[in-house]
Amino acid sequence: MQEINNLPIWQLVAAYLFILVLLAIIKIKEIPREKEITLATVRMTLQLVLTGYLLVFLFEYRHPVLSVLAVLLMLAFAVDNTIKRVRILLSRQLKKVIALSMTAGTITCLLFFVLVVINLSPWYEPRYFIPIAGMLIGNSMTGISLGVSRLAEGMRTQKALVETALMLGATPRAAAKTIVNSAFDAAILPTINSMVGMGIVFLPGMMTGQILAGASPVTAIQYQIAIMLGITGSVALTVILLVQLGYKTFFNEEQQLTV
Amino acid sequence: MFDLDKVRYKNILSVNSLCIPAGKVTCIIGESGGGKTTLLRLLNKLISPDTGEIRFHGVPLPQINAVMLRRKAAMLSQEPVIFPGTVRENLLAGLRFSEKPPASDQALQDTLQLVCLEKQLTDQAEQLSGGEKQRLALGRLLLLDPEAFLLDEPSSALDEETEKLLLGTLYHHIRATGKTLVMVTHSKALALQYGNLVVVINNGRMCGLQEDACAGN
Repeated sequence: MQEINNLPIWQLVAAYLFILVLLAIIKIKEIPREKEITLATVRMTLQLVLTGYLLVFLFEYRHPVLSVLAVLLMLAFAVDNTIKRVRILLSRQLKKVIALSMTAGTITCLLFFVLVVINLSPWYEPRYFIPIAGMLIGNSMTGISLGVSRLAEGMRTQKALVETALMLGATPRAAAKTIVNSAFDAAILPTINSMVGMGIVFLPGMMTGQILAGASPVTAIQYQIAIMLGITGSVALTVILLVQLGYKTFFNEEQQLTV
Repeated sequence: MFDLDKVRYKNILSVNSLCIPAGKVTCIIGESGGGKTTLLRLLNKLISPDTGEIRFHGVPLPQINAVMLRRKAAMLSQEPVIFPGTVRENLLAGLRFSEKPPASDQALQDTLQLVCLEKQLTDQAEQLSGGEKQRLALGRLLLLDPEAFLLDEPSSALDEETEKLLLGTLYHHIRATGKTLVMVTHSKALALQYGNLVVVINNGRMCGLQEDACAGN
């Protein structure tokens, strides 16, 4: 195994040239996105620097409570981010469903992954537990954002179809079935697409990171296959929970549409 | 079949007392925006009254499962809503939703004839005209064969001749099968022609009732 190739600070700074070039291009093209790009770059840098120091602390003081707290914090951030990213007014009930689906779906998959797939010992080993949780939560967050947008939008734009089905004697489940299926499709499709293109169209971040850090490509690939399957399972489980519980929030106990 | 007692819904509709008889034709007429559609939606339990009670066969609606009620008293909205797919798929949609066995092609053809719609079962439903969609939606409801039909202006998009033909056929079908029909209509003449009971609703209030107004002559 090779030594890890440290990145000198001036070389890292050079990477910001990409952003400067981008800012110059959009300035010339008069695309008003400077503020967003600058803000996102600063935010990403600060978040990663802070996360780096936090991870150093967590790796040093290995404790199950700290690992679990870190995962809960990530979950809380993911739920909050999902609710903010969806540009549709969500009901309080639907927000609760988002939180429940995200927590139940990712924690179930995380536990299965660390206890069965990689058989981590101790189970809370932060060097593995936290990055794996991050990947599952991050991808599930993207899936749930797409799913909840499609679900809420579908229930509003196809209100007449849903209500017609109710008039004909459909249960709320049957009346909302097409919208529920379409929301699941929209949420899971990016994960399926990334599985299809993986290794050919692009090398995934985790695998690239391991290889850059000196791991053998074969080991990196084994982990990548496992994590990709875990991500797919986590996205699928969170989104299934979301759509199956979420559509019910659009009906009341009298099986009336409340949109 | 339906009894309403001191029913109020927001500032939209207020009905002190109304009895809609089973096996008869009840027509609801009145000004546009007066609350006629709201009455049908209340009967179909798509909405619930703020105060008062609605009973179906003597049982208060809150005690009846909404899905079961809608399978017995199915509703047709004024704006015909068509599901993506063919004429056949649309006719069968209602049966699928109400968990009834699918109908044979012959039964579907008979239904198209009943609603005066000369289309193939394989035609794309989205390509039909407004009037044709309205008849297709009515056919979908007829196939369900519920106890009561709650129809909101089922002929609003039809020309006078087709309207007369369709309502005549519908009326005789309802009478022959002993079903209950509650129909909102814009036409007082049609209401008087077909309704055993004519209910007048204006400005959210029931302001007239005429029993045995007609009978399909």
